[in-house]
Amino acid sequence: MSGLRARARGGRLPWLLAAAALLVAATGFQMASLSQRPVRDLPAVLYLQSPTVARRAVLSFDMLAADLYWLRALQHFGATRLQTSGPRTFENLYPFLDLATSLDPRFVVAYRFGAIFLSESPPGGPGRPDLAVRLLEKGVAATPDRWQYFQDIGFVHYWWTGEYDRAADAFSKGAAIEGAPWWMRSLAAVTLSEGGDRQTSRLLWRSLSQTAENDWLRRDAQRRLTQLDALDHLDQLQAVVARGRLSGLSAPWSWAQLLQAGLLSGVPIDPTGVPYVIDINTGRVDLDRRSTLWPLPTEPRGLPGLAREPR
Amino acid sequence: MGLLRAVALNTFREAVRDRVFYNLLLFAVLLVGTSLIIGQLAAGQDVKIIKDLGLAASLLFGVGIAVFLGIQLVAREVERRSVHATLAKPVSRPVFLLGKYVGLLLTLGVNITVMAVALFAVLAVYQSVTPAGVQATWTAPALDPRLLIALGLIYVELAVVTGVALLFSTYSSALLSATFTTAIWVAGHFVGDLRTVEQIGASGTTVWVARLVSWVLPNLALFDVKAEVVHGLPVPAGQVVAAVGYGAAYGAAMWLIAVAIFQRRDFK
Repeated sequence: MSGLRARARGGRLPWLLAAAALLVAATGFQMASLSQRPVRDLPAVLYLQSPTVARRAVLSFDMLAADLYWLRALQHFGATRLQTSGPRTFENLYPFLDLATSLDPRFVVAYRFGAIFLSESPPGGPGRPDLAVRLLEKGVAATPDRWQYFQDIGFVHYWWTGEYDRAADAFSKGAAIEGAPWWMRSLAAVTLSEGGDRQTSRLLWRSLSQTAENDWLRRDAQRRLTQLDALDHLDQLQAVVARGRLSGLSAPWSWAQLLQAGLLSGVPIDPTGVPYVIDINTGRVDLDRRSTLWPLPTEPRGLPGLAREPR
Repeated sequence: MGLLRAVALNTFREAVRDRVFYNLLLFAVLLVGTSLIIGQLAAGQDVKIIKDLGLAASLLFGVGIAVFLGIQLVAREVERRSVHATLAKPVSRPVFLLGKYVGLLLTLGVNITVMAVALFAVLAVYQSVTPAGVQATWTAPALDPRLLIALGLIYVELAVVTGVALLFSTYSSALLSATFTTAIWVAGHFVGDLRTVEQIGASGTTVWVARLVSWVLPNLALFDVKAEVVHGLPVPAGQVVAAVGYGAAYGAAMWLIAVAIFQRRDFK
C-alpha cells in the first residue's frame, strides 16, 4: 500500500513539472503578445450608467460598490490629468461620482472632493462648476444638516463661476444650519460686498483649511493659499519690472538685468523654492512650470466697481 | 439533546474536513492586501473602505459557505447512503435536520468570528498608525463596536440563507438547490421593490402576486445595516431585535418545511 502511495506521488511530479513549464511558456507568449499590441488609450468604461440600476444590481454590496466607483473617479481624474497626449476629457468623472454618491448617499468625501475635481478648469480638470454644484446639491438633499456642502457650493460660485450673489446665498443657507461656524455669516456678507478681492479669496481658503474634515481637503486649501501668496509675489515682481521699464530698462528681460540695476537683491523664488521666470521679450513674470504650484488659478473677476490690483 | 449535539458536531467536523476554513486565509489576505493598497489610493477614505470591504467580504464568503455546504447537508448524506445508517439509529428525522442546521450555523459562527477578529485587527493597526487629528475627522471610530451589530446581522442573514439551502437540500439535487438558494438570496434583496411594483406601472393581479411573493420571500434588506454602522449612525436596538426575531422565525420555518418534506421522503 505504501509503495502504491509512493508511486502515486512520484507519478504526479512529471505532470506538475510539465504544468509549470507550460505556465512559464504561457507567460512568455503573453508578454510577446502584449509587446506586439499597438498602444491605444481605451476610454474608461462605464458598465452601469444609471444609479437606480446600479443600486439594484449590487444587492446589499452598495457601500463597497460606492467605494469602487469612488476609486475609479480618483483614478480617472488622476490619469486624465497626467495624460500627455490627446485631449484631456474627463467625460466619466461626473458619472463615476454620481454613481458613488447614489450608492452611498452619505459619502461626504465623494461630494466634496468631487466638486473640487469637477470645478477645476482645463487642462487640470473638466471646468464644470455647474456639475460640481449639482453634485453638492445632491449631497444637501441626502444630508440637509451638513453646512459644509453649502460652504462648498458658495465656494464653487465664488471661485469658479463668479456669481457672488449665489455664493453669498449658499453661505447664508449654510450659516442657518445648527452647528455651522459663526464666520459663515461673515463670509456671506464679505462675498456680497467684496467678491473677487484676493483678500476675500484668502479668507475663503483659510476658512476651508481650518475646518476641512479631510487631510486632502486641508492640504488642497493650504496649496491654494500658497498660490495666492505666489500671486502676490508676481504682482510685486511685475511692479519691479514696471519700475525698471520707467528707469530705461528694456528687452531682453532677465533677472540678471534687474539685479544689476539694483531693483532686486536676488533671484526671486516662489514659496516652494523654485525661481520665478521672466519672459525675455515682454518682461512678464510667471511661475516656472516645474513648480508644484503651477498652474496658478484664474482669479475670480471682481465685482463691478471694485478695484483690483493689476498683475 | 445529546443526539442533536452529535449530529451538529459531526456536521461541523465534516466542514472542517472539507477545508471550509481555507476561505479565512483568503479573507485575511484580501483584507490585509487591500488595506496596504487602499491607503495610497483612497484619498483619506481608507478606514471606511476597509470596513466596507470587511463587511461585504464577510457576507459574500458566508453566503458562499451557506449555499454550497447548505445544499449538501442532506443531499450528500443521501448520495453516500450514510443517511440510512444515521436514521437507523434512534435519531429522528427532525433532529437529524436540526442537527445538520445547527452544525452549519456553528461553522458559519466560527467563520464570522474569525473574520471579525481579522477585521478588528486590521482596523486596530490603522488606528495605531493614524494621527489623532486625522482620527478626529472619521465619521466613526476605527474600532467601532457597532461593527459587531452589522456582523451579527450578517450572521442572521446567513442563518436564513442556510435554512433555505437546507430546505432545498431535502428534495432537490445539489445543482438545482444551489441555483434555487442563490436565486432566493438575490430575490431577497428586492422585496422592497416587489412591494412597490405598482410604481413602475404594474397593476391588477401582478401587483397582488408581487405583494404576496414579497411576504413569502425572506426580506434580507432587514439585515443590512452596513451603511449606518460605517457612517457611525445610530442603529435602534428595537430594529436589531426585530430583525433577529424575523431571522430566527424565518430560519425555523424553513427547518419545519424541510422536516415536513423529509418526513415523507422514502429511502430505498
